[in-house]
Amino acid sequence: MAMEYSEKVMDHFMNPRNVGEIEDADGVGEVGNAKCGDIMKMYLKIEDDIITDVKFKTFGCGSAIATSSMATEMIKGKNIKEAAKLTNKAVVEALEGLPKIKIHCSVLAEQAIKAALADYYKSKGIDPEPILGKIPPAESCHIHD
Amino acid sequence: MKKPFVYVDNSATTKVSESCFSAMLPYFKEKFGNPSSIYSIAHVSKLAVETARKKAADAIGALPEEIFFTSCGTESDNWAIKCGAKLAKKNGKNHIITTNFEHHAVLNACKSLEEDGFEVTYLPVNSEGLITPEQVEEAITDKTALVTIMYANNEIGTILPISEIGVICDKRNVLFHTDAVQAVGHVEIDVHKQNIDMLSLSGHKICAPKGVGLLYVKKGIRIPNFLDGGAQERGFRGGTENVPYIVGLGQALEDASKDILNRNKRLERLRNKLIDGILNRVPKVRVNGSLKHRLSGSVNFSFEGVEGESILLLLDGYGICASSGSACTSGSLDPSHVLLAIGLPHEIAHGSLRISLCDENTEEEIDYMIETIPKVISRLREMSPIWNE
Repeated sequence: MAMEYSEKVMDHFMNPRNVGEIEDADGVGEVGNAKCGDIMKMYLKIEDDIITDVKFKTFGCGSAIATSSMATEMIKGKNIKEAAKLTNKAVVEALEGLPKIKIHCSVLAEQAIKAALADYYKSKGIDPEPILGKIPPAESCHIHD
Repeated sequence: MKKPFVYVDNSATTKVSESCFSAMLPYFKEKFGNPSSIYSIAHVSKLAVETARKKAADAIGALPEEIFFTSCGTESDNWAIKCGAKLAKKNGKNHIITTNFEHHAVLNACKSLEEDGFEVTYLPVNSEGLITPEQVEEAITDKTALVTIMYANNEIGTILPISEIGVICDKRNVLFHTDAVQAVGHVEIDVHKQNIDMLSLSGHKICAPKGVGLLYVKKGIRIPNFLDGGAQERGFRGGTENVPYIVGLGQALEDASKDILNRNKRLERLRNKLIDGILNRVPKVRVNGSLKHRLSGSVNFSFEGVEGESILLLLDGYGICASSGSACTSGSLDPSHVLLAIGLPHEIAHGSLRISLCDENTEEEIDYMIETIPKVISRLREMSPIWNE
């Protein structure tokens, strides 16, 4: 198949898991911007601190879609504290690697989940920053790990 | 059913044609002599190179002694621009005029000259991907050494007013070079009538192999050498001649310059069918660049709400080979400079798709694309957070 994408990446790109929106989501996060060519939006359904459902919508290249898909799989059914620890590196490893120029896509996926969790914490009146750290605003296209 | 294979990326490269391939074959293992040697098989090689030179010259209205074979279009561009500038510098000139949507071979050659103290005017193209001859005329000063303007754009396929610019440069006594890599074989070129002083072309865009090109330099213009070496190409371009590839280029140019008008008619009909088919089936799509001044087989779409690399990967899954100007396919963080030059916002430029046809493409392939491209676009739009039907 095309490019230097692994089979795993191509599988998640061709058959993305958890695509869509959750209307009554408990947390929604969006990162990236159209100018840079990728936007990820994550929707979380959370019950008793467990992520019972997750959906995403992504505008972007093959690896942006694949990293979104993989990241949703990795946090579905997990405790939110565990989900908050998901790193871009873990997503890259699960995808059996990404071309170097595409690593920023995995950073976006990690940030999208954190942004959705932050939205959830805020709705509960909890300051997300001590738990999740600072989520950088996605104004610049130059995001690197 | 066998998976279809639809190659519509002919502006990137072309398949070597049968006639070119069979013309080249004897020069690998049988007629392998060095044209500079003295024995008979060497003479055969020498004759083959000179026959190819004659064919190449005829294809663009030049004289054989005005043709210099090179390794690629990029070498031809570098030679023409850097050495053309050097020549003019001797006369105290230090200004170059080009456009802001040239191929990188031209843009980066100009950038390199800027570091050597040249001033470069990058004429801005309009939203149609065109410049006017008046823009060139107004930019010329008594310091202008060289005007270098592409014949046709590689990404959006627009054709620039080369003959009119030629008249102006001739009148103002300024060297005029054109990068005709995308135009050769698609437009009728007559370098003398069009007042073109130098012209670059490349073999692999016209069904010859990769790794061979040429530079036409009008008789009487003595630009310095770019590649110093032996006496090959009459001392102007060292390096043992790539005999089989030069033979292939000669054959490909002879083929490409035949029957251009009729071939264009057919390609235009197919291309217009594709454009109509896509515009009728897909909302929020635009065609980039002038519809009127355009290469017959070339079209560049922008689809809102989707990204180009994703389009290409899905199309590849359907056996369709095309290209895009998105950041992810350009290997940088910005989308193509051509799409930005015609004023597209970044987010629209990211969603571009270039289809470039050749004579081998069929009506069935056009129908297949009209059926497949809308499916791919709506699939990506369904998962796009910035798409609202």
